[in-house]
Amino acid sequence: MWSHPMNKPIPAHNIGGYIPMIDGPEKVSGRAKYTADVLGPGRLAGRIYRSPYSHGEIVNVDISEALKVPGVVSIVTGADCERTFGVLPIARSEHPLARDKVRYRGEPVAAVAALDDGAAREAIRRINFTVRELPAYYTAKDALAPGATLLHDKKLGNIERDVLFELGSTAEGFAEADLVREKTYNCAEVCQNQMEMHAAVAEYDAVRDRMTVHASTQVPYYVHLMLSQILGMDMSHIRVIKPHVGGGFGCRTETLNIELIAALLARKANGSVRLVTTREETFITHRGRPETDITLKIGMRKDGRITAVECDCDQRGGAHSGYGVVTILYAGSMLYAIYDLHNVKYVGKRVLTNTPPCGAFRGHGTVDIRFAFESLMDEMTSELGLDPFAVRRANLLTAPTFTDNDLMVNSYGLPECLDWVERESGWHKRKGNLPKGKGLGMACSHYISGASKPVNWTGEPHATVKIKLDFDGSIVVLSGAADIGQGSTTILAQTVAEVLGLDLARVRVVTGDSEVVPKDNGSYSSRVTFMVGNAALDAAHNLKNVLVNAAARKLEARPEDIECLGEIYRAGAQDKGATFDEVVTEALKDTGTITVTGNYSTIPESHGGKKYRGAAIGGTMGYSYSAQVVEVSVDEETGVVTVDKVWVAHDCGKALNRLTVEGQVQGSVWMGMGQAMSEEAAYHDGLMVTANMLDYRVPTIQDSPPIEVGIVESNDPHGPFGAKEAGEGSLAAFLPALTNAIADAIGIRFNDLPVTPDRVFDAVEKRKRAAEKSPKKNGGG
Amino acid sequence: MVRLLECRLNGRDRVDAIADNLLLLDYLREKVGLTGTKTGCDGGECGACTVLIDGKPTLSCLTLVATIQGKHVDTIESLGSDGQLSAVQRGFHEKLGSQCGYCTPGFIMASVGLLRRNPNPTDAEILDALGSNICRCTGYVKIIEAVKFAAALGKHGVPP
Repeated sequence: MWSHPMNKPIPAHNIGGYIPMIDGPEKVSGRAKYTADVLGPGRLAGRIYRSPYSHGEIVNVDISEALKVPGVVSIVTGADCERTFGVLPIARSEHPLARDKVRYRGEPVAAVAALDDGAAREAIRRINFTVRELPAYYTAKDALAPGATLLHDKKLGNIERDVLFELGSTAEGFAEADLVREKTYNCAEVCQNQMEMHAAVAEYDAVRDRMTVHASTQVPYYVHLMLSQILGMDMSHIRVIKPHVGGGFGCRTETLNIELIAALLARKANGSVRLVTTREETFITHRGRPETDITLKIGMRKDGRITAVECDCDQRGGAHSGYGVVTILYAGSMLYAIYDLHNVKYVGKRVLTNTPPCGAFRGHGTVDIRFAFESLMDEMTSELGLDPFAVRRANLLTAPTFTDNDLMVNSYGLPECLDWVERESGWHKRKGNLPKGKGLGMACSHYISGASKPVNWTGEPHATVKIKLDFDGSIVVLSGAADIGQGSTTILAQTVAEVLGLDLARVRVVTGDSEVVPKDNGSYSSRVTFMVGNAALDAAHNLKNVLVNAAARKLEARPEDIECLGEIYRAGAQDKGATFDEVVTEALKDTGTITVTGNYSTIPESHGGKKYRGAAIGGTMGYSYSAQVVEVSVDEETGVVTVDKVWVAHDCGKALNRLTVEGQVQGSVWMGMGQAMSEEAAYHDGLMVTANMLDYRVPTIQDSPPIEVGIVESNDPHGPFGAKEAGEGSLAAFLPALTNAIADAIGIRFNDLPVTPDRVFDAVEKRKRAAEKSPKKNGGG
Repeated sequence: MVRLLECRLNGRDRVDAIADNLLLLDYLREKVGLTGTKTGCDGGECGACTVLIDGKPTLSCLTLVATIQGKHVDTIESLGSDGQLSAVQRGFHEKLGSQCGYCTPGFIMASVGLLRRNPNPTDAEILDALGSNICRCTGYVKIIEAVKFAAALGKHGVPP
């Protein structure tokens, strides 16, 4: 029976349950608009002409024939873009359209806007592009070879960035070890391959010299900055709109050439341009995870304690810097903050090659290193006759603590993650007792909850949220945080509703329009729940203060005596109180429409150290932790590996929304599975030959296992309600857990990814042949 | 060549002048303005553009619109009635079968096609029906839950 809230005032609770996303109804009804859905009369169709050469000095970009195609309105080339762009202020090496040189096959050279797509395509066909070809390098090794032609004049040896640190003494550490092993690992380049292909719609208002760009981006603020940079326009004349975004996984953190080219075309055409790329172009725009070669050496005592680590890491970064400097730094710094490590040496090289530029991919910089680390740990564990769980436990951190590279660890749920997967998978009962061809493997991983220092350090708070409350009593949260499908909008609504004790339906969240919402540093490095969540918390508390003061006036009580029960504010249990609407009316009397601000700034202790150049990378307010057990079946006749089941425990501090935490963790694990088992960006003479969804093998529903999620809540002291990140940290552990499981199943270790059926088959055959050559006396095998 | 197309789109009869080489996907999105159906690849790789033609899940990106002459086409926009989400829509929303939402219309239409011909599918039948749709967010676990939930709602009379 319905009862009036006055009779039983209970504040609504919005944290910790299974809460569907507040923008779900739009998505399941086809009403959610993505950039390519922004239709309108008079929009020109944009197309890009891309370089068929991997490396060359540009001699001529002849557009004279293209301009004659009926319907062509504007054509832009490198001549229209003097300035460079890039995500890192220290490494802006890229022109939206190549100028002077092309450095990879598929690099944009020219672009056309025409009345219709057919005309644009025809014009593209008529562009004549002449270069003086240069030697091209498709592997890090070739680009590093002495005497190699430089891709960028200032980058000697084709090294974008090298990193070297040694903290403690590895010589002493290895001397203390009972077992020292060194192995090499290779992880193929992988792509985000998010479902929505890149697109941009640019509208130029020539009369007022204003530019509006709709972009499928994770960071509208970066797009805003780079549009200003490339167009040479005042930032106040630019508006960036982020419609629904069909996934990102990191490739849309950087401003892409797509949105810049669309804007260049629109300005030149004095009109509107819709530029929707193909899947192949989306692949080539890239910003995925680089091919990585790792040599790892670990010293371990008989009890499993790690005494020293040496890690050498080369990344094939592609033709431009992009995020590269940060990626190679993460790979080193994030050796730490998961286990209690001392005596660590890291040598990293980010290499420039004539392939599309890599960038930040979910688990940025940490994934391939974690694969190597947990693989070698497992191998040494076996050699020492130890249990993998015991070895992890022998190396746990004790939080709160700072690591040797000055990373601040406050909450640390890894022990509970280990307990959960050990128990749920039946590890001790089942390990070693499975039928032939089946195996169990485990591994751990971790990730940051937002980089403590944003890329563009301006001195502003890390995050700012505004809340508007007006006569209608609806709470409107204004945030620049980009929801790209991870559910950040829902988390912000929940956070605000929780503080005010109101039903979620009272709260609306407005995002994605620079004209309306406060600037946000963007959806990358899993920062939004932590940083923007804390800002939303602050804003909600500020709004609550306003309302409590208004209620006090209305009820003629002291503010400290006012109890906020969501729909009711009262002064003590005997008071009938005032309704929320009455309190809002009272509050508006002072100021009219109410707006409050919430801010969040990270603390200096979280900013990482200064022990080596770039040591700030890796600093965060809170690390998430993950442990996984993977069960596989290996068919030695065909080489096919089937993942039967995954158990994953993730320490997200506090699950603000169990439904979306589970969804994020499952998605991460599964994306790790794609990288581990089937995905690979392959090139032939610099041409990406896997730039479609058939050759770039994404696991289908039929290839994908059940993934059981255990949520561990370590209640971070700084996280909003104790929360940390949930969307990245569980990806990396899958890779080594898989190969560890395969090793358990068939006794063969795979240190090169992806572990395709071909590779498994070859390894099994190789072992058979070796066994035939040197038959064992007891006929084992 | 241009010809007149007559079809029944989302329950309403239409007549349009169409080019012979126009794809059903481009007809829906660019000509009719129904942008719920998505383009996710360069042709036949991802399933995002799945619609129902005479009830059968079909890739609109590999279908010439001229071939739907006289046929019934249903897109994501046809689902739900009386202001209520359909069973499959509710499943994808409430069980989080949709994250970024871009593959969602394709998955939903493939699932609707399944449940209309088989209201009680087994797990294997669900995997089979959705085997040519790619999702990059969910790992599919909650998509399977969404379809099962929709099937359960179907037993209470909620249409797929």
